[in-house]
Amino acid sequence: MIALKNVSIVFNQGTVNENQALSNINLSVKEGDFVTIIGSNGAGKSTLFNMIAGSFVPTQGSILLNDRDITREPEYKRARYIGRIFQNPLLGTASNMSLEDNMMITYKKGFKWLKRSLNNRMRDFFRSELVHLNMGLENRMKENLAMFSGGQRQALTLLMMVLSKPALILLDEHTAALDPKNAQIVLELTNKFIKEFNLTAMMITHNMNHAIEFGNRLLMMDKGEIIFEAEGEAKKELTVEKLIAKFHDLRHKNFEDDKTLLSDE
Amino acid sequence: MIEGILVEGLIYGIMVLGVFITFRVLDFPDLTVDGSFPLGAALMAQCILMGTNLWLGLLIAFIGGVIAGVVTALIHNHLKVPNLLAGILTMTMLYSINIRVLGNRANVPILNQETILSQVSDRFSGLIPDEYILLLFFIIVAIVIKVLIDLFFRTDLGLTMGAMGNNEQMVISQGVNPKTLKTIGVGLSNGLVALSGAFAAQYLGFADVGLGQGIIISGLASVMIGEFLVMKSNRIGVLTFCALMGSIIFHAVVYLGRYYGYVIKMTPNDLNLIKGILIIILLVLTQSRKLKKVALKAMVDK
Ligand SMILES: Nc1ncnc2c1ncn2[C@@H]1O[C@H](COP(=O)(O)OP(=O)(O)OP(=O)(O)O)[C@@H](O)[C@H]1O
Ligand SMILES: [Mg+2]
Repeated sequence: MIALKNVSIVFNQGTVNENQALSNINLSVKEGDFVTIIGSNGAGKSTLFNMIAGSFVPTQGSILLNDRDITREPEYKRARYIGRIFQNPLLGTASNMSLEDNMMITYKKGFKWLKRSLNNRMRDFFRSELVHLNMGLENRMKENLAMFSGGQRQALTLLMMVLSKPALILLDEHTAALDPKNAQIVLELTNKFIKEFNLTAMMITHNMNHAIEFGNRLLMMDKGEIIFEAEGEAKKELTVEKLIAKFHDLRHKNFEDDKTLLSDE
Repeated sequence: MIEGILVEGLIYGIMVLGVFITFRVLDFPDLTVDGSFPLGAALMAQCILMGTNLWLGLLIAFIGGVIAGVVTALIHNHLKVPNLLAGILTMTMLYSINIRVLGNRANVPILNQETILSQVSDRFSGLIPDEYILLLFFIIVAIVIKVLIDLFFRTDLGLTMGAMGNNEQMVISQGVNPKTLKTIGVGLSNGLVALSGAFAAQYLGFADVGLGQGIIISGLASVMIGEFLVMKSNRIGVLTFCALMGSIIFHAVVYLGRYYGYVIKMTPNDLNLIKGILIIILLVLTQSRKLKKVALKAMVDK
């Protein structure tokens, strides 16, 4: 489905701050894959997503979606088939607008015209979908999103993204800014939606347990490279200890002082 | 006197609605306004002198303003120029253009010409007391424009534009090009400003290149006064109503300054200073209100 062919990104090329954030990445994600990605800070995980989504253009290499070259397609066009959730829960919704207005904006991708689509039928539909979140939001349609918690906003962003039926979803530590209880809720919703709608997904996480527990593929990144990959049965056999040992063998250094293991984000 | 303040407040209120769209909805501080206001006045005056259909003249003024706004948006979008600078560029160019539109003059009187306002006055004179004719006319005009804006911001396109100033990333994530939205929004805003200029020229009886000087300050002050009238609202109808009210209050203050300022030895030349100080006071008041809210929230959270 989505394929990266030999892509590299160099920031500030030709200056003293030159920084190779991704080097020669080759990756092919199949339809229905749920890929989890781990790696130390600065490994290039977010850069990888930014490139797939179109915020950054690779310095070299190409990106193919179902064999169509999208390397230079602008971000807003790719957004029509690539859904994205960020670590910051404020980025998915507009604080100064009501829940129903937000849902109307995110309901359909692509340019919006001078048409008024928000009517009572739409409202009923939104309410029936909000019930799935189990947060009582269906009774707060007229409230501004500024009144909602980060967890509620992130859950909502997730729901709206799923409703727009993207071909690929990118989740960049989307539960990291939430308290443990909300993080767990959003993560469970994520897993449920991905299964129910048979979505193709990539998820960055700093929690190795989550990376092992969820998805059918796992990637480990370091210094702009994918250094380890496990899929299917091989992935099921992974444990946190095995992953750390693997990292040590490959890089001859410790995985971020192992402190990420203790975090239960 | 009171009708005069209301009429001026409503005429300039159309401009304030435009400023509200750029500054508040799009979060695009647009200074084109100082040039598009006299552009609308100049285009209207020229149409009146040439005997063009007067309503067509209004349309031409509106379109002229839209084009000016679109130019600013294009400069900002495609040359990666900051929005403030893009607006100043267009405004500066408009100064020359406006003089050209006025036929290489800085001022064109239209006092004894037939205008939309004189037509309306003649039509209803005798039916309604003379001093209220224009007031009624502008109340209707302002309400029609306000309602059209409200309707626009409730369409899918308008809603998305509403999200734009708050969260550009969200707009991109919906597959919409923010550049397109900015172009439409800034164009629409300047169209309204030029329309306001076209009415102002007819009301004042002349068009002048200097008409736009400080318009942005008046617009911004009015928007801020309007915001002071209500606590935060997410209803577009409330917001546009407040913008119009803000304009009327602002003009009342300016009127007092102009006619009773001599009491404190103020001359008409001091008006710009007073307007600036008014804005600073409003900024301070808004800040302290925000702080109070934060303090209150902190207390409640405890
Ligand atoms: N816009 C940018 N300009 C310059 N350098 C950048 C930019 N974005 C990222 N980088 C650099 O690229 C490298 C990879 O950063 P990236 O954000 O992809 O890391 P990450 O794996 O997501 O880390 P984290 O786990 O901390 O989020 C870092 O060295 C970072 O400083
Ligand atoms: Mg990151």
